[in-house]
Amino acid sequence: MKNTRWILSAAVTLLTALAVVVSTGPGLAANTADQSASAAVQIDNFSFNPTSLTVPAGTTVTWTNNDDVPHTVVSDDKLFRSKALDSDDKFSYTFTKPGTYNYFCSVHPKMTAKIVVQ
Amino acid sequence: MSDYIKENLNQDGIDRRGFLKCMAWAGTGALCVLQGGVLKSFALSDLMRQKISDLQGDLSFVQISDSHIGFNKAANTDVTATLREAIAKVNALPTPPLFVLHTGDLTHLSKAEEFDTLAESLKSLKTDQVFYVPGEHDVLNDNGEMFRKRFGQQDAGDGWYSFDKNGAHFIGLVNVMNLKAGGLGNLGSEQLAWLAKDVANLQSSMPVVVFAHIPLWGVYPEWGWGTDDSEQALAYLKRFGSVTVLNGHIHQTMQKIEGNVTFHTAASTAFPQPQPGQADSPGPMKVPDDKLRQLLGITHVNVVRGKHSLAIVDSTLASG
Repeated sequence: MKNTRWILSAAVTLLTALAVVVSTGPGLAANTADQSASAAVQIDNFSFNPTSLTVPAGTTVTWTNNDDVPHTVVSDDKLFRSKALDSDDKFSYTFTKPGTYNYFCSVHPKMTAKIVVQ
Repeated sequence: MSDYIKENLNQDGIDRRGFLKCMAWAGTGALCVLQGGVLKSFALSDLMRQKISDLQGDLSFVQISDSHIGFNKAANTDVTATLREAIAKVNALPTPPLFVLHTGDLTHLSKAEEFDTLAESLKSLKTDQVFYVPGEHDVLNDNGEMFRKRFGQQDAGDGWYSFDKNGAHFIGLVNVMNLKAGGLGNLGSEQLAWLAKDVANLQSSMPVVVFAHIPLWGVYPEWGWGTDDSEQALAYLKRFGSVTVLNGHIHQTMQKIEGNVTFHTAASTAFPQPQPGQADSPGPMKVPDDKLRQLLGITHVNVVRGKHSLAIVDSTLASG
């Protein structure tokens, strides 16, 4: 009996240890992924900055409007479209597939830019 | 002091003495109107006691633009107040305008409460009717549905329309919808086809007034101040003896004459914008507080029958 209990508690300890190891592994990887999962575009003076932004697949890009007038973020291929962004409003979109995504402001269509996803 | 001058000195139908008399009066504020070879002159003080529409089919109207209700940043923290000043200016004209044109950007963010405030403010305008065309700020969220429902003239298309007043033909065009990446203002093939039909049977002698938000000529394409397909529209109007194009969008007055076509843009009632290329971008321009009202204003237009071009007078909120 004593032996069985010892074996059981050792097994539990071992399993717990394994679980800790297993859970730490992906946790570390997730932290790394979080750091590269977001990027920013600033809207200033009727332009998107940077005009061309390259990001890895899986990145969430966030646009912020710093102008006194509203702007929109609209994909040329109709893949995404923000509502009208007032001053300090934000819009986010997550790019999962590699490719070049051209977009513009539908209110001031001379404002054009792109996101390059690798 | 109205004075019919009837002397016909050289039997050629031209009243030279009357002409000279008119020219002498011009410096003291007289208006000379040539009607059927006879010069009629009116002192401006006399005009104030007459309705312009009594002057044999002539008419006067007012254009206001870019009220941007909802804007509240540094360039003007109270655009409703300056709109009210513009309305007071219209109401102080010697003769009430037959109607008022608003060439768009009624609101800043297309919000219902902004449209409410605009409508409420314009109720105090002393005129029979207000006609509107949308600016890009009026169609932000719903493809212009709210604008058309509240301020539009018809259900078809994106809200273009025309009407006649006192022998002149007025055309309201919409060039702020379906804008393409990298492009300028856009009329679109459906609207152009409608325009061609709309003017097809009009006499070439009929004065035509076209109003739309974005300029129908290339004021400054780098800043989006132009319309990609306006050339086609102007081609349909080429045969008319008098064409006037009234626009807004650029928040400053500008005029260009090309043949029989006079292009004119109005000031905003809300905030000024920089002159072409004079700043990084065409955004709201902050000026010293005591300068603001010199850069905001209204436009008063007189259509005088028989005259080739319309009398267009801009006045700022600062002028008396």
